[in-house]
Parts: sequence; C-alpha cells; structure tokens
Amino acid sequence: MKGLKRKIDQVKPKFEKGGKFEKLHSVFDGFYTFLFTPNETSRSGVHIHDSNDSKRTMIIVVLSLLPCCLFGMWNIGYQHFLAIGETGKSVFELFFYGFFAVLPQILTAYIVGLGIEFVVAQMRGHEIQEGFLVSGILIPMICPVDTPCWMLAIAVAFAVIFAKEVFGGTGYNFLNVALVTRAFLFFSYPSKMSGVNVFVSLGNQRAIDGYSGATPLGELASMEPGGSLSNLGESLTNVVGDPLTLNDIFFGLYPGSWGETSTFCILIGAAILLLTGMANWRIMLSGVVGGFLMAVVAHNWATPLYPATCVEPLTQLCLGGFMFAIVFMATDPVTACRTTAGKYIYGFLIGVIAIIIRCYNAGYPEGAMLAVLLLNCFAALIDHCVVSLNVRKRMKRTELSNS
Amino acid sequence: MVNPLSKDNPVIVQVLGICSALAVTAQMEPAIVMTISVTAVLAFANVIISLLRKTIPNSIRIIVQLVVVAALVVIVDQVLKAYNYEVSKALSVFIGLIITNCILMGRLEAFALNNRPWPSFLDGIGNGLGYGIILIIVSFFRELFGSGTLFGYQVFPQWWYDAGYMNNGMMILPPMALIVVACIIWVHRIKNKDLQE
Repeated sequence: MKGLKRKIDQVKPKFEKGGKFEKLHSVFDGFYTFLFTPNETSRSGVHIHDSNDSKRTMIIVVLSLLPCCLFGMWNIGYQHFLAIGETGKSVFELFFYGFFAVLPQILTAYIVGLGIEFVVAQMRGHEIQEGFLVSGILIPMICPVDTPCWMLAIAVAFAVIFAKEVFGGTGYNFLNVALVTRAFLFFSYPSKMSGVNVFVSLGNQRAIDGYSGATPLGELASMEPGGSLSNLGESLTNVVGDPLTLNDIFFGLYPGSWGETSTFCILIGAAILLLTGMANWRIMLSGVVGGFLMAVVAHNWATPLYPATCVEPLTQLCLGGFMFAIVFMATDPVTACRTTAGKYIYGFLIGVIAIIIRCYNAGYPEGAMLAVLLLNCFAALIDHCVVSLNVRKRMKRTELSNS
Repeated sequence: MVNPLSKDNPVIVQVLGICSALAVTAQMEPAIVMTISVTAVLAFANVIISLLRKTIPNSIRIIVQLVVVAALVVIVDQVLKAYNYEVSKALSVFIGLIITNCILMGRLEAFALNNRPWPSFLDGIGNGLGYGIILIIVSFFRELFGSGTLFGYQVFPQWWYDAGYMNNGMMILPPMALIVVACIIWVHRIKNKDLQE
C-alpha cells in the first residue's frame, strides 16, 4: 500500500493546476480519494466532518445488495436448468451460469454510467461523484436477465443524463436513476421487459414440455378474468408447472428480474442498511405497512375480475419487486422526503400505490417501480406541506404565548 | 418575419402551442401538414384581423378573433378531408384545435391588432414556420427512432432488426416529444447565450 501511495504521490503534480494533465484533474481525484482518505482540511466554515462520506455510504449500500445479487445469480442458473430439465447440477455450476449471464449487463451499466459521469465531471470541472456506484449494480438487478446490452446502454445513458446530470449530478436528482432506467426500458421495449420470454435465461436450449417462463405476477396478470376465486389465488406455479408455496416465494425460487426475487436476501440487506444507519427505517416500515394494508383490503374484496387481488397479503408482499423497491429504492435519501412526518407519508403511499397498480391494472403486472417514481415526484410537495404545517403550528403557539 | 424562426420562436422560447406539438409529431407527414395548416390559418387570420382592426370594438375583440380563426380552420379542415383524407384522419381533432392554439391568439392580440395587413401577413407566415420547424425536427427524431421510418419509408436496414435492433416504443408516446423539445431548447440556449436566464 505504501509503495502504491508513493507512486501516486509522484504523479500527483501532473494533475494539479498548471500540470500536464490538468484537464484530467477530477479523474485523478476520483481514483485518489477512492484509495486513500484525502489529507485535506477545510479552511473556512465547517471543520468537523462525519467520516461517513458518500463513498463509504455507497460501498455499504453495495454490500447490502450483495446477498440479493449472489442469490439472484444462483437463481438464474437454477431457473435455467429447471427449464431445460437438467437436474443434479452443483451450486457452483448454477451460480456461474447466472454470473456469466449477467456479467455483460453489469459491465455495460457501469461503463456507460460512469463514463458519462466522468465526462460531465470533466466538462464542469467538478469532482467525480460516486452516486453511480450503487445505480450501476441496481440497474441490472431490476431488469430481466435477457435484456440486450445495447438497450441497457441506451437506457442508462438516458437516465444518467436526463434524470441526473441535467439537474446537477449526484444529490440533485429528484428521480431515482435506476428506476428511470427501468421505466425507460419498460416503455421503450415492452416486449423485452415483460411477458413470458425474458425472465428465464434459456441460452439457446430447448425448454422441456409444460414450461412457462412467466413470473408469478405475470401469470396473474394474464389470467382470464372470471373463474372461481379459490383456485385463482392458489394457482401460482413455477417454470415447470409445480405449485409455488409461500416458502418458495419468500426465498425467491421463482423467475423475475433477477435481483429482486428473494425477500429473504432483501431482508438481510435491509438489516445491514438499518444497522449501519444508511437507510431510514421509517420509510421501510411505513412502506411495508402501507403495502400490507392495501393487500389486505384487496384480498378482502377480491374479485375474479382482477386475479391479482386473490393473492394472500403476505404472498403479495413477497412477490415481485415490492420489497426490493421499499428497501433499496424508496429509501434513497436524495429522492425521498426529508422531514420525519413526510417520510411516513411517503413510504406509506408507495406501499399502497404499488399494490393498487399491481392488483387493479392488468397492463402493469408490477407497480412498485411506478409507485416509487410517482412518489419521487411528490416528495418535495409532501415536505413542503409538512414544513408549512409546522410553521403554522408554531406561529399559533407564539400567538398564544404572546397574548 | 425571420425573428420567430429562432430568437423569438413561439414553441421553444415563448413555450406556446406545446399541446399540439406533442400530439401530431409521432410521424413526419402529419407534422408537415399541421405546419402548413397552422401557417395558412395564422397568416390569413392575421391579415383579416389587421384589415378589421379599426372597426372591431375593443370589448368583443376576442370573440371576433375566434370567429375569424374558426372560419379559417373549418376551411382548412374541409380542404384536407377532400384532398388528403388519410392525414386528416391521423390529425383528427387537432386541426379543429388550431382554434385554441395559443400561438394564434397571441399573434392576433399582440401583432395584427396594431399593424397593417402586409406586415401582419409576414408575421403570420414567420410564426407559423417557427412553430413548424420545431414540429418537423421533433417528428423527425420521433419517427426515426420510434418507427424506424421517415415519411413511412423504412430507413434502418432490415439486418439491423435481424441482429436484434428494436424500435424505441417510448418515442411514439407523447412524453418523449416533451423530452425532444427540451433537448432542442437546450441546444438553442447554448447557441443563444442572451436567452439564458
């Protein structure tokens, strides 16, 4: 480490003002502070800094995503070999199949996203922001495994430029960048983002008879309205037609956008985020409560007209991207509400709206993405209302004490 | 007449007529027909109002303007239905909605009521074209990336599609028109520093 530091300190003057590579200053700075704690002190204003800078925050969020990520890769392999009817593969074979299936997407997301961030930082003379470290891994995780890389590249470029850089870069975006990417893909290339052919990686091999690549929510959305209530809610099956139990759903053994299927791994991630104080428990709690209440309401008044309403509330929460969105998307500190009361309202509404979209709109089998994006737009308004209510309350108090 | 094309463009500087710019720009042909229609209506409405400007009582001038514009729009609508029924169907209600296009009322109020017929005519042509340029640029990008065609002819070669290229469905949806307009405004403001706020 010391040798590396000496070497880097040697080339440092070249990147400073007047140096040969002055233009690349922010690139150098980015790598330098990535490796070492900068030995700089502030000359004015605030002198005490939290050691928890945005780099460390991002790294911990990536760490908390790892369980989902590793499980997701394994699950890709599991679904693949299940679909082509080969059993008896070892865990490593399953894992590496998934790993190599998603590696190009992860690389694409990072290269395009970080590339744009670097270029913009150079143009503006800013420091390079670390915001994309998390988005880059989040984006492939919330996309189907068969998403072509060029689509991902276009979507990432669109999201980074229009949702983030035009508003001033990391920390100024009012929409979650990963979700904008997902939404762009969803609306631009619907045939590659939903349906029965994208969530299981078949890899040019023939699937066995009776195979269906639909996700449980996709299955529900494409069911014929009508029929008896009782068998609708229990008719969820995995890719080869065996029924799915709540256990399978909780641990994530079903096809879907690969990072978000396992509620169990998401809860591990949530625990890491909460223990390290990175994410806000209020948003998570109120989100789950909101989603659960809405699921109970939907289940209580279930109609065969909307098959998704027949799902048990607990299953409803474990399915699809709901938990993932609540834990990793809704808690994004930049796009969420800032006020405490606002956070409760924000999380609650995300939960409620996600389940409403999922249950009552057959066009969108999963509503978590749209719910979070919608509430992102309203976060500032909620904050404004909370603050002005508080101001009014305190004004009243002073009036009372004055009179 | 040249001013509305860039510096004083009704769409990207005054931000008028956005609604129809979203609605008719999914393909180039309707966009061009819309441009011609708006330009024609605007130019002749300007001339007529300018001729009448001394006789219109101030208190009912808006109604008079509406009547003139509505009459012209009906004529344009009928002509389109007679000679280009397909496009007229594609534009459907938006030809009728030229009446409510803010650019028209804006030009009539701000220019035709105070100027002689010939300058008013030029002003109408200029503003109509300024609106049309934006429409055509937006529809160019939307049709190219949304359907892979221009004027209905396929532009991207077939082997692109065979290799996995797909049209961008979002380009067909109206929100993308807003984003394309925003990009045009972005580029335009970079070129015209004095417009930056």
